[in-house]
Amino acid sequence: MSVESYPLELTGSDIPMVRFAGVTKRYGPLTVLDSLDLDIAANEMVSIIGPSGSGKTTVLRMLMTLETINDGVIYVDGQPLTHMPRNGKLVPADESHMRKQRMNVGMVFQHFNLFPHMTALENCMEAPVQVLGLPKAEARERSVELLKLVGLEDKMNQHPARLSGGQQQRVAIARALAMRPKVMLLDEVTSALDPEVIGEVLNVIRYLNKEYKLTMLMVTHQMGFAKEISDRVCFFFAGNIAEQGSPDQLFGDPQNERTKQFLRAVLDAN
Amino acid sequence: MFHWRWDFVWQILPDLLRATENTLIASVLGYAIALVLGLVLALAQRTPWQALTWAVREAVEFIRSTPLVLQIFFVFYVFPQFGVRLSPWTSGMIAIGLHYASYLSEVYRAGLDGVPRGQWEACRALNLSTGRTYFRIIIPQALPIALPGMGNYLVGIFKDTPMLSVIGVAELMHTANAIGSEYYRYLEPYTLVGLIFLAISLPTAAGMRWLEAAVRRALGMTK
Repeated sequence: MSVESYPLELTGSDIPMVRFAGVTKRYGPLTVLDSLDLDIAANEMVSIIGPSGSGKTTVLRMLMTLETINDGVIYVDGQPLTHMPRNGKLVPADESHMRKQRMNVGMVFQHFNLFPHMTALENCMEAPVQVLGLPKAEARERSVELLKLVGLEDKMNQHPARLSGGQQQRVAIARALAMRPKVMLLDEVTSALDPEVIGEVLNVIRYLNKEYKLTMLMVTHQMGFAKEISDRVCFFFAGNIAEQGSPDQLFGDPQNERTKQFLRAVLDAN
Repeated sequence: MFHWRWDFVWQILPDLLRATENTLIASVLGYAIALVLGLVLALAQRTPWQALTWAVREAVEFIRSTPLVLQIFFVFYVFPQFGVRLSPWTSGMIAIGLHYASYLSEVYRAGLDGVPRGQWEACRALNLSTGRTYFRIIIPQALPIALPGMGNYLVGIFKDTPMLSVIGVAELMHTANAIGSEYYRYLEPYTLVGLIFLAISLPTAAGMRWLEAAVRRALGMTK
């Protein structure tokens, strides 16, 4: 199906917050994602699991517009993200269209990617001031609030180099929240952390999931956490969803042979 | 056999110190041009326009691969044939500024490339504009990486100012030559020129090392 025949926007009473429609991503001859269809409802918490190289991180990176896509369309909140309407047809989005649509999406990275030359507070204030144009006082208030939420108000004037990995990742979460995204992407946010600080980051995510109206898409290797927190779990294999379902169903009674193999291998390793 | 003559030293020292002023002005002016122009050359290689990147890259390669003294001659003696007549000072500043700008653009490039990719991605995820990404996030982090190279070229440009003597800029070397040919004594003027260069180069290099540390501290990038 050619991109031109996709709808210009999604309409109706229960449009998904995120829709991947026939999304394909290739790196040269390698097809990383093969015609992916995936809807994520508003306020839904979806976990993506799977072996490395299955394309799961690519899903998040495309949604954050860190990667271009080769085919299909991604919609966020009913509007096309990767494309824009022109003369009644969808054409690849230009930078200004992407900038506008990207406002709905926030991301937390495996390696935090905090700005090392800024304090925790400055990290959180930067985008609200520079992108949203908030007055400094207001951005500061918002940021302090969020740093309190992640339990770091006493560290807000520290630079990242002086914070532990777990603390840095919590600052990164606060920084992403400061832009008030509708969709939050969590890319292996505990993979680079020492085991003893993983819990403090997971607690913050638990809290967000419970108290915030936030659609979350999480790539993770923490099977226990995915099982506990997700509304839905998607198992990726070879560039597409091999199986998806509720955590109980996917972890308790997997149907696909690949899912069973993967879960057995992961559980053995633990 | 020549003997060192102190009275001659005291006699020529005022002239040499006055010329030192010109040497310093030439260095600072040339370096200022190189700093700004170098950044332009570095950023021009990072736009989406492939043709621009290619053109700037080739120009930088060309300038780096030909001698400074040739470039100075070219601006001073060849430009007038095309109707561009410039004073020795202007010619010298253009040549030395452009020459060092192409070196500094490489230093900047290494600095910019040294900033981890994750920083760019964080900027994009936070929706920072390209300009703010560069000036608020990337360049401050590239600076500590680029500073040692920038310091080397500051000392380098200072030591290259004697090349301006070939087109008659009255800097240190030019003055020492003039003194030598007037009094037929070269030992004292050249020795003094060497000492003056040393007296300025060494503290400058030390100052740059201090600046590096200070910048890292100011950016909170020390452990």
